[in-house]
Formats: sequence, structure tokens, C-alpha cells
Amino acid sequence: MNPPKKAVALISGGLDSMLAAKAVMEQGVHVEGINFFTGFCVEGHTHAIRKRDGDKPKRNNALWVAEQLGVKLHIIDIIEEYKQVLLNPKHGYGANLNPCLDCKIFMVNKAKQWILENGFDFIITGEVVGQRPMSQRKQLMPIVAAESGADDLLVRPLSAQNLPPTLPERMGWISREKLFDFSGRSRKPQMQLAANYGFTDYAQPAGGCCFLTDASYSQKLTDLWRFRGKRDYELDDIMLLKVGRHLRPRPHFKMIIAREDGESRFMSGYKSEFVSLNCASCRGPLVLIDGETSEEDLQLAAAILARYGQGREAETVEVTLRSRQGEERNITVKPLTPEQIPAEWFL
Amino acid sequence: MISDETAIPNSQGDSVLNLRRLLCPLPVIRTQDKIKTLRPGDRLTVQCTDPGVMHDIPAWCRINGHQVLDARQTGDEYVIVIQVHA
Repeated sequence: MNPPKKAVALISGGLDSMLAAKAVMEQGVHVEGINFFTGFCVEGHTHAIRKRDGDKPKRNNALWVAEQLGVKLHIIDIIEEYKQVLLNPKHGYGANLNPCLDCKIFMVNKAKQWILENGFDFIITGEVVGQRPMSQRKQLMPIVAAESGADDLLVRPLSAQNLPPTLPERMGWISREKLFDFSGRSRKPQMQLAANYGFTDYAQPAGGCCFLTDASYSQKLTDLWRFRGKRDYELDDIMLLKVGRHLRPRPHFKMIIAREDGESRFMSGYKSEFVSLNCASCRGPLVLIDGETSEEDLQLAAAILARYGQGREAETVEVTLRSRQGEERNITVKPLTPEQIPAEWFL
Repeated sequence: MISDETAIPNSQGDSVLNLRRLLCPLPVIRTQDKIKTLRPGDRLTVQCTDPGVMHDIPAWCRINGHQVLDARQTGDEYVIVIQVHA
């Protein structure tokens, strides 16, 4: 008797990839999951940072899905390699800085490498024809298969009957008749299939898992590149874009103002990397300064900070300035009023 | 990157991974990668500051067959002791 075929499923933590993996498992294939961490995943980070999300389960949905399916999950750090995908996307961006098609090609290519290294037979994704405007249009699906190098080892169980038969189908490793013909943006077929499989709890129905699809985040990343004079980033840069209010009062410096205690606690880990400010005479948020500042700039930053502290109505507020080396000094400022902070300073 | 990430053995010879200030899923990834270098029965202690690890690392251990011997919060830190699957 031949050993069961083995497939790796790209598990995002959402419903579609969960159903796609399950559909193939139901046919007796040994399935394991793979999840790629780009640094832009919404998963985890912000939930962990922000205190007001404290009542939400701090779970990683990809891990949770793997546990529901009873499969192993391999989480791969692709932060460094992903830079080339984001900075130079061959197929361009979506509505914001989301290089969805290049991203999908890159991840399927990584999965192809993984199956070769680990003795697996084919790849599963949860793609559905016509579900996403950029990466899941029917005419683009062959591009993902071809440019990733996965070719006909790439199976999309939810839309398989709308696509040419893949090698696993032609070889009889899996039955095409037991796969599906989902298409379009409706979620009803997926929800019905989830019910058939007995899945009652699952993460976001579709999308929303990448910060690069977010207009505000993309604007902050564009600002970072513009004022640094180069399109590049480190993990800490993209982490800090996820937290706080970002204000650029002057072209040469930006303020990151914590919005609550969880963010202040997280940002305090960066005090040795940035000049930082906090209110000394009242409660208030932590502020990090990105850029080089003059004394006049620091006075302005302190007055802005004071507007976000509990002394915003006071005549003056004492603010502590801290250098990257930890040297502290206090200055006294008059808090700015909301009207004195132009809307265009906010990123 | 801003992290105290280090790996050192403790007095019992077990591996200790300092993952303070890393946010999930990075503590899970570092734990996963470290365990690949260990032998069955070895123990790994991970020290973290992201509360998410209290869910994610035990979940990762369950699906991969490793045993969580201890998971506790001490102040702002979370310490998880794992025994590698035999």
C-alpha cells in the first residue's frame, strides 16, 4: 500500500485556508500548515501592545486553525526576504501599499521550496476565484502558479472545479469531484462548508490580515520613506508605525505619541533609540521623537505632548526630555490647544 | 532589532531563550527554531514579555507534540518551560 500523499497548506488564520486544508485532509492526504510572517501581519502584535484590546483573545489565528484541524504548523520568518516584495513589486500595488499578487507568488514560491526540502507532494491555498480584486482574479491565478514555480502542484480546493486540473487531481491523489467550484465575493458557500465541517468559530471571514492594505498605515510608511530619503525599513520601523499617533510638525522630525498605557509600555523599550518625552507634572503619554531636533523643536514637541496629557487645561506643564543616553532635564511649556495643531501634521 | 534575544544554558544545562520584548509570533518562531536544534527530552525555558505567548507557545507545543512543563507570569514577564517531544 502506498503511503498517503503529503501536502502543505498555506494557513493564514482565516476561514478559506482552513476550509481548503480540511477539504484535502478529508481525502486522506497528510496535511501540514505553513504560515509566513512578513512583519506586516495584523495578527498578534497590536493585540499584544494595546491594552484596550485586552478583552480580546490574544491568540494567533494560524496556530488556532492548525489546532482545530489537528495539523502541525510551521511558522516562517520572512521579514528580510519580504522587503524585496514590498519595495519592488513586479505587478505593482493595490489600493494602498499592498503588493498582493507579488506577495502571493512569493509565498507560494516559498512553499514550493519547502515541499522540496521536506518531501511533500503538493501545495494547498485557500484562494477563491474572483474573491479579491487584485490577487484572486481568474486570469491571475495561472500567473501565481507559473511565476511561483509551483505550476500544477498548486491546488486551490475551494475553486478547483473552475480551474484546470492539477497534477494531484490528474494523478488521482485527490478527487476533483470532491473539491469545490466557489467563485466571487459571496461568503455564503464558505460559511455553509464551515457548518458542514462543524466549524462554528473562525477568524475574520476575508481580508484584513495585512497592515499594507490599510490606507493610514500605508501613508505612514510612505512618509517614513520620504523623510528618510530612501525606501527601506527595519522591523522596528514597521512595528512603530502600528502604534501611537504619528505627527510630523516639522519636515525633519516626527512625534509618536502613545495612545494608552499598553502603547507607552511598548514604546518605552525604544528609549535608547529615540529622544523621548513625558509629562513630569501630570499624567500623560510617552512620546518618541524620530529625527534630529533643535531646542525650539523640543519646545514645540513638549507643548504638543502637554496637549495630550492630563494637564492640557493647565496654564503650564512640566515635561521631561530624555536623550538616547538617558540624560534627563525638565522644561516648562504651555500646552497647545487642539486648534493650534494643524490637521496636516497628523499622518 | 530591539530585543534582548539570547540563548544560554541554565545551571541544569537546559537551554534558556531570552525573548523579552519580542512580540508574537516572533517568540513562537524563535522557540520553534530553537527546538529544532534540541534533542528529544531536552528542556527549553523561554522568557518573554508579550502576554500573547501564554496562549501561542502552548498552542504551538500542543500541535507539535511538545510538553509544556510550566507556564507562569512573574511581574511583567512570562516564563514557559518546554520539554522536547521524545
